[in-house]
Parts: sequence; C-alpha cells; structure tokens
Amino acid sequence: MSAQDHAAGHGHGHDDHHHHAELSFAQRWLFSTNHKDIGTLYIIFGLIGGICGLIISVLMRMELQSPGMQIFSSGQAWNAAITSHGLLMIFFSVMPVLIGGFGNWFIPLMIGAPDMAFPRLNNISFWLLVPAFALILAGQFVGSGAGPGWTLYPPLSNATYQSGPALDFVLFALHLAGISSLLGAINFITTIFNMRAPGMTLHKMPLFIWAMLVTAFLLLLAVPVLAGAITMLITDRNFGTAFFEPSGGGDPVLFQHLFWFFGHPEVYIMILPAFGVISHIISTFSRKPIFGYLGMAYAMVAIGVVGFVVWAHHMFISGMDVDTRAYFMAATMIIAVPTGIKIFSWIATMWGGSIEMKTPMLWAVGFIFVFTLGGVTGVVLANAGIDQYVHNTYYVIAHFHYVLSLGAVFGIFAGFYYWIGKMSGRQYPEQLGKLHFWMTFVGVNLTFFPMHFLGLAGMPRRYVDYPDAFVGWNMVASIGAYIGAASMVLFLYVIYRTFTSKERLADNYWGEGATTLEWTQSSPPAFHTYEVLPRIR
Amino acid sequence: MPLLRRLVAAAFLATLGTALLAMAFAEPALADLPRNWQMGMQPAASPVQRDIHSLHHLVLVIITVITIFVGALLAYVIWRFSADKNPNPSQTSHNTVLEVAWTVIPVLILVVIAIPSFRLVYFQDRTQEADMTLKVTGHQWYWEYTYTDAEGLNFGSRPLDSKNTRWQQGIRLLDVDEPLVLPVGKNIRILTTSADVIHSFFVPSLGVQRYAIPGRTIETWVRIDRPGTFYGQCNQICGEDHSNMPISVRALPEAEFTAWLAEAKKKFATNETPTIREVAAPAPAQESVPQGSLHGGAVLAAVRQ
Repeated sequence: MSAQDHAAGHGHGHDDHHHHAELSFAQRWLFSTNHKDIGTLYIIFGLIGGICGLIISVLMRMELQSPGMQIFSSGQAWNAAITSHGLLMIFFSVMPVLIGGFGNWFIPLMIGAPDMAFPRLNNISFWLLVPAFALILAGQFVGSGAGPGWTLYPPLSNATYQSGPALDFVLFALHLAGISSLLGAINFITTIFNMRAPGMTLHKMPLFIWAMLVTAFLLLLAVPVLAGAITMLITDRNFGTAFFEPSGGGDPVLFQHLFWFFGHPEVYIMILPAFGVISHIISTFSRKPIFGYLGMAYAMVAIGVVGFVVWAHHMFISGMDVDTRAYFMAATMIIAVPTGIKIFSWIATMWGGSIEMKTPMLWAVGFIFVFTLGGVTGVVLANAGIDQYVHNTYYVIAHFHYVLSLGAVFGIFAGFYYWIGKMSGRQYPEQLGKLHFWMTFVGVNLTFFPMHFLGLAGMPRRYVDYPDAFVGWNMVASIGAYIGAASMVLFLYVIYRTFTSKERLADNYWGEGATTLEWTQSSPPAFHTYEVLPRIR
Repeated sequence: MPLLRRLVAAAFLATLGTALLAMAFAEPALADLPRNWQMGMQPAASPVQRDIHSLHHLVLVIITVITIFVGALLAYVIWRFSADKNPNPSQTSHNTVLEVAWTVIPVLILVVIAIPSFRLVYFQDRTQEADMTLKVTGHQWYWEYTYTDAEGLNFGSRPLDSKNTRWQQGIRLLDVDEPLVLPVGKNIRILTTSADVIHSFFVPSLGVQRYAIPGRTIETWVRIDRPGTFYGQCNQICGEDHSNMPISVRALPEAEFTAWLAEAKKKFATNETPTIREVAAPAPAQESVPQGSLHGGAVLAAVRQ
C-alpha cells in the first residue's frame, strides 16, 4: 500500500477540454460512456431518490407522532408508503450513490485505469434505473398502491390481496433495478480484475476497491435469486401459477427463503462500500497507513462469504426446524468477528496518528460509533431465542436503521465531503459541513434510539396506529426525524455553497495523509485520465 | 470551540450510557401491557419469557459495555492523538498480538452468549408433555381460537371498534370482544396457521411468537405462570387493518378455567369448527377486483371455492 509513488501520467490533457467541449448536452449526459459523468449521474439520481424516501419517512413520523390516524387515509395507503420508503432508500438512494456514484467515479481513478471496462454497459446500467424509479412511484400512486412491505411476502403480495397493477409495476421496477445492478457488478469485477495499473497487485489495491470487488460479487450472486423469486411472484399474480400458493401446492415460506437469500447479502451490499470509504478517510485524517490492511481486506471477504449463509435468521419464527434455527443463529453471530476486526482496526489506525477532525473525519468517526451500536444490537437479534420476542418489533427497525440509515448514509456523507473537492474542484464550506454532521447525528439518534425501547416494549413494525402506551417514545422519534429532515435541507444548502464557491482546489488538497491514486489527478480530474498508465512500485 | 465539541460528545455518550444501563436494570412494570416511556421488555409471565429476559439481560450488559468501550476509545483517541497534541504520526500498521486479541476475545464473548442461547432455543421449541392443544388461525383481521381437545370449541376474537359498546372500557387496539382464555400452570401446545395471508401471533409477556402461515401449521408452546390478562398484537404485515388485530389472553386458575370451558361450550355451540370452505375463502381484496378480470389470483380463488 505504501508504495504508491508513481510515475503517474498527470492526465491534465489540455486536448481533453477541447475534446469534451465538442459533445452536445445529449451526447455528454444521455449517451455517456465516461465513468466520471456516469458517476455524477448516479449521485444526482441517488440524491433525488433519497429525498423522495426522506419525504415519505417524514410523513410516516408525522403519522406516528401521536396515536390514532393523523394524515394517512387508510391502512393500505400507509402500507404503500412504507413499501416505497424501503425500496426507494435501498435501490434508489444508498445503492446508486455508494456503488454507482462513488464506485464509477473512483474505481478507475484509484486503480489507475482510463475508464471502466465496458463503458456502454455502464451507461445502460444507469439508464435502467430511471424507468425503474418511475415504476416504483407508479406503485405508490396507481390504484390504492402496492402495500406488501418491501419484503413482498406472499400471499399478501399475490393478486388476491394486492389486486390491480400497482404491485406489478413495483416488481418490474425491481427487475430493471436488478438488471442494472447486475450489469454494474459485471463491469466492476471485469474492471478491477483486468485494468489495474501495472504493479498494483490485489494486495496493493486500496480498500475501497476491495470493498467494491466484494460488493460486486455479492450482487452477482444475490440479485439473480431475487429476480427468480419475483418472476415466480409475477407469474403467480398474472399467469395462474402457484409457486407460493398453498392451495396449488406452493409454499409461501419458499419465497421467504429466496427473498432473504438475496436480502441478507443485500445489506452487506449497502454497507461494504461504506466500509471502504471510511477506511480511506480514517487513514487520510490520521496521516497514517491503514492498520492491518490484509486483515481489513479479508474481513470484508469473510463478511461477504458468511453473509450468504445466514439468510434464515430473518425467518426464526417462520416455523423452521429447531436445529436449522440453531445453525443460522451460530452462523449469524460469527459475523460479529470480522466486523469487530474492522472496528478495532479503524481505531488502531487512528491510534498514534495525527488526527485532524475535518468534516469527512467527523462523519467517519460518527460512522464507527453508530455502526458499532447497530452492530451490537445485531448480536441480540441473532439469538433466535430473543428474536422470538423482538422479531418484527421496532427493535429490528432500530437495528437496521442504525447500520443503514445511520451507517451507510454516514458513509455516503463522509465520502461526499471527502471527495466533492476532487469531483468538482470546489471547496465545501467547512463550518456548515460540521453543523450538518451534528444536526444529522442528533436527529437520527433521537429518531432511532428510542425505537429500541418501543421494540422491547413490544411495538410491532408497519403499524399505522398503535396502543396509546407507545406515544412517548414515538413523539421523541418524530421530533428527531424532523431535525434529521432539516439537516437534509441544510445539506442542499451546503451543495449550493460548494458549487458557487470561488475557491479552487489543488490536486491533493488533504495533504500527505491521502495516498491513493486519485489524489495525483487534478481537481476536478480531466475528462480522460491516465492516458499514460501510472506505475505502482 | 474544540473543547465545546468534546463536551457535547461526552455529554451525549454519558446520556446514552445511562439510558442503556437504565434499560438493563429497569424495574419491571406491574401490568402485562406496554407502559408509556417503558424502556425494557414487558414483565415475564411464562418460563420461556423469563429465560428470554435473563438471556437478554446478559447480552444487553455485554453490548452496553462494548458500545461504551468503543465510544470511550474513540473519544480518547481523538483527544490524545489530535494533530495539536501529536504532530508527528507514527507509521505503525501491524501488531500481531493486538490483531489476534481482537479476533479471539470476540469469539470468546460469543461463546459465552451462545451457551445459554442454544439452551433457550431448544427449550422454546415445543413441549414434550402437552396438557392441552390450542389452534390459532389468523384471519384478515381477527384471530380464531380452536380448543382441539374440548370438542372443537371454537370462536373468533375480534378487535373492539368505536361502534362496540365496550369501546369505552377497553384498551384501544389491545382489547378484544372475546379474549383467548387459558389455564394457569398447564403446558399448552400452540399450533398456528392462517386462512388468508401471513400473520404473526405475538404475546410479548408470554414470550410467544410464531407466524401464522396459510398451508402450514407451526408448533410452539406456553405455560402461563399467573392469572391475569396478557396483551399482544399481530406482528406480520397483513394488509389494511394490520395495526388493529389485537390478542388478549385471560389466564385463569384451573378450576375457573374448567368452569369457563363448560360455559363457553354452550355459548359458542352454534360455532362449527371451520369447514374447508370457510378456511379457504379469501377475504375480500382491499380493492374490488373489476368484474370479468382475468387475474390469475382471482381464477385461483374461484377454483378454491
């Protein structure tokens, strides 16, 4: 890792500017084959998806801040909202930004490749997401909406209980998003295996590249299973098959197995890229190489591998055999070990360092803390015995929002503040960035920490109305959500200030701590980089 | 300014720690239903739930310590190795002892958790000597209870709604018209199934939860420690009225239960055990299917009838 001195072809190519000046708007943005432009499209798209998901969550918190029906007209409208919230946040916000956005931007830049292996495939990966997004919105608004929850369990998701086309739109949206992810994964794997700069062996790859490689393999293996499951659901709904229909010899539990065989790796698909981002930020702002590089890389590989054999911990009360439950419980708890290695290695990276708490570092340290908190409640949930109580309660909601809504999203913001200067060449406002962090930190903790209490008290998830006894913590959670939403408005202002900033940044504006290849390029990088390949010693 | 920030962080950590500890050692409330501002689990009223409590307490203490440890370590590192205090970073990137330690110690902690955890999973699974069997059938949106060894005594347990005369006395979204009545101190085998979509039969204070899945029967068990009323709710999304599908369990001493049983047999004598037709008939869809539509599901539904 340390040997990233390079005879980098400083790709300031002046003809580049001249070259892309010739592209019309449509040529540059609709028919793009440039990894940087496609990455930018993904980030903008993810921001829009995230804002839509956030608006729904504010509506949900308004509904839940006091008992009784407040703003939703019916249970089905509520169910449609929670379904859209989940799908939007996963497939149209976190994944596009972390994988499509940061992945496209920084895989080629960090491995010293001129572009992705399949630039046109890259473009179609992005453009498949746009109709998918439209179909998800259609699922929300057509008829009474699609409301089986994002887990889509039949029979609630069959044609009897979700009649009308709304859910079919959602299922087609998932097919499109799935194809998009799959093509992206193929592109990432090919790029990482074949296009690394001379001298960059696998064990010299930056950790972000390791994270993206493992993520791409998870997508490659998990998404086809989801595609199979929702295809069977589509034929059950529309063509009279009975894969999941007991009266026709089918089995609803089969769907749960198929769904979670995809669904559990999916959560690592969302968090591994954030792991990669955080590693670079911690190392940069501690001015130290990452501690235990190989352990960090193989911890992610281990998380990826074990992540495929723990899926049925989502089904502890679906009537599985007790020995099966015991196995899935043991396998799940094992994941705590590589995760612990990562947490402690990050802290060890900071130990002895020379730490500057700039905004990206603030988000990264915040990430370690909230991810630890979300991780340890995962150990609680892994116990099938305790899960018999907390399954499907707000405890689960608290757990996965700590690792995703706080964890993955903190990773996104950390990466944004870390790299926005590289991507745009402009300086973000430091004080506002810090304010943004503190507002978000207070808001999301206030939202999700009380949900542990609600879950332990027995409040079930996906409730539009609850017994009056749950009002106290629900009110607190709603106040937290409003603070969190306000911090998002502040973030939009931060973006505005960044792009109107007059300050231009140098190639490596973080100084000696930032050692990966993207810092050898100008900020923003030329349209085409690495026309002469860098050489890694 | 940095000092202020550190103080804010310290205050936050302290609050969080206190909250977690309060959660761990909170006195159990007395009533068997959730309380406002409650932070821990509902009080236990069955051997399974008592074991869930004690395992949860063990794990909660462990995870609280870990979280505080990581939080404190982060705070210390940020303070001790700030650029002001430590202008020249070390370049250490390996320490085998440390790396082995933070792999092995978590494994040992997991073993400590796993031993009682495995015992609990096998204990909760099913009862060997059942004194009676209760069949629970989920419907959109009520529960149906069948006492299989009491001549098929069978009745539906529906939520109170605002039209119900008992609305004023009942607890909103928890009380039902006909509670499930069970004897205290008996091993009760519970079989769950569903007539339409998946539901989840969840009674927190009894530590009982199983999905009710159409086409399957899932077994679990409970023994209730003491007389009282225990509340639960449907815990798997089941459509429009998912939030209003309460479970209310009245536990009676054996003699009173026998008396209730005799009375209930008379009261619900007109209820037949559900016929095939009743079980298989789908509840009306949330949105009426247009006449003449050729939905696969609609066709199937027709076939089933």
